[in-house]
Formats: sequence, C-alpha cells, structure tokens
Amino acid sequence: MLEKNVTLSLQGCVQGALMCIPVFPGIIVFGAVFGTVAAQKGLSFLEALLMNTIVFAGASQFVAMEIYSEPLDRPTLIAMVGITAAINMRMLLIGASLRPWLGQVPGYKTYPALFFLTDLNWLLTLSQYEKGTRDWGIYLGSGLIVWAVWSLSVIPGYFAGSLISDPKTFGLDLVLPAFFAALLVPLWKGKRQTVSWLIAGGVAWATWVLFGGYWSIFTGAVAGAFAGAYLDD
Amino acid sequence: MTEGAFTADTMVLFAILGMATVTYALRAGGYWVMGRVTVTPKIRRGLEALPGAIIVSTILPIILQGGLVVGLCIIVAAAVQLRLKKEYVAVFAAAAVATALRAGGFQ
Repeated sequence: MLEKNVTLSLQGCVQGALMCIPVFPGIIVFGAVFGTVAAQKGLSFLEALLMNTIVFAGASQFVAMEIYSEPLDRPTLIAMVGITAAINMRMLLIGASLRPWLGQVPGYKTYPALFFLTDLNWLLTLSQYEKGTRDWGIYLGSGLIVWAVWSLSVIPGYFAGSLISDPKTFGLDLVLPAFFAALLVPLWKGKRQTVSWLIAGGVAWATWVLFGGYWSIFTGAVAGAFAGAYLDD
Repeated sequence: MTEGAFTADTMVLFAILGMATVTYALRAGGYWVMGRVTVTPKIRRGLEALPGAIIVSTILPIILQGGLVVGLCIIVAAAVQLRLKKEYVAVFAAAAVATALRAGGFQ
C-alpha cells in the first residue's frame, strides 16, 4: 500500500532537526571517540574525516578500524569492506520499512536522501508516521543534522587522541568493546537472543581458536543470524 | 602518525570508498528491493538477529585476548548500561575502571 498524501517542507526538515537535539551529546562523544580511535590507529586527519563523512555508519567504522593495520594490504581492505557490509546489513530492513511511506515520492529525491538513513532518523520518522505526520522533511531534516554533527565531531576527537601516546593508560583500547557491550544490552529480549548469541559466541570462539584474526566476526555473525531465523519464540 | 594530516594513502582511500559504497547499497537496497521481493518471517528474524550476533562475535575474541582488565571492564560497561541506559556513560565508566586498575598494576 503506498501512502498518497506525502509532502516535503522546510518546516518539516527543521522540526526533524530539532527533534535530534537531545541525542547530540551522544553523537558528539561517539564521533569524537571515533576520531581518537582513528588517530591511535594511524589514519591521517583527512582519511578519518573522509571515512566519517562518506561512510557515515558508526558501528561499522569502529569495527573496520579494529581490523585496520598499517600499511593496509589487500586482504585487510577486503575484510574491512566485508565487515562493514555485514554490520550494516540491518539497513536493508530499515530501508525496506520506509517503502510504504516514501514509495510515491520520485526516486531522484528518495535515493539521494537514503544516504542519510540511520537507525536514529529511521526510528524518529516511523514514530512520527504513526502519529499521523506525512511530511518526510522529518526524515530528511533529522538525517542531515545528524550527519553534520557526526562529521564535525570527529575533529576534536582526532586531535585529542593523537596527543595521547599510550592509549592503554586511559583505557582507550577498551572504548570500542565497552561501547559494543553497552549496545548489546538493549538488544536482549528473551530466549531467542540468548540462544542466537550463544551460538554466535561459540562459533566465533571456535573460529578464533582455529584461525585467529577477524574471521570470527563473519562466521559468528552468520551463525547467529541463522539461529535467529530458525528459532521460534 | 608518520604521514601529514592532509595526505591520504591510496589503499586507505579504496577501503573508504568500498565501505561507503556497500553501506549506501544497503541503505538504498532494502528500499529498492521492497515491493519486488517479499520478506518472509524467517528472513526478517534472521536480519533482526544479525546485529546482536555481530556484536557478540566482535567482543568475544577481544575479551579472550585481553585478560582480566578487559573482561572486567566489559562487565562494568554492560552493568552501567543495564541501570542507566546511556551508552556514553557506560563507555566512560569502563575506561575509568581500566585506568584505575592499570594504575594499580593490573593488566
């Protein structure tokens, strides 16, 4: 079913942007931490800035940095792109769920706008849609502001991070795993997650013991997803 | 850092472009595919399970390599998140605990 009365106004964009203000501190800290991690891993300022602005997908950038080593060789490059794809796989579902609302908007508008799709503005957009809003400026405005804040926040983090010689002293090497642990907590809903995560963890552990490196992220993730798919609640 | 702030390595640029391309393909791809393919409940459940599975598979090797301090800090982060539901507070708490433990000579 396609929604027929979809509009786009500047007012809607502004409203969407304003709705994001409460999450600014979180985005700024997260973006700054990415800058710090990138500096610690040896990316140049320009490389860090480029990755942040054109990839624009936090979690996957962090994991890609975890894999990254200098000088970058071809297998590592492929692993970085592959893991980015695996982590952002959820975007397929998120994007798919916007189709009923935006399907009637011409493609030359929606496809550029989809660059700004994140979990945050998707959640915001769908909650406004439920309340009867049909102005997709909400989506565009919130996407643009989050992108702008995210892109700028990398700058202070990068320069602060390159001043610290041993990241371990201040626990900076733990920022990434701690952040992931925090993200994992709200994802737990019940037995299905428990089983899926145990299988993911088991396969990842076995892969790590047998092969080392980062292939365990792939194998564990795929095993966990299959477990999730075939488990009924 | 061995390179200038405004230089970029060709391989790194390729990596960034590759990451950006696959991410955009996924952002636009789901939207595009919808209406051409039906997402069965099984596919939907699999995609829903993916983020958690990725996170578990990412953290586990880090803990296995990291030892006592890393394991403890992961638990701290999860506990703080459980109570306060603020990711950046959880991260800060974990980093603070690590700083304290390492200052005390633990690894």
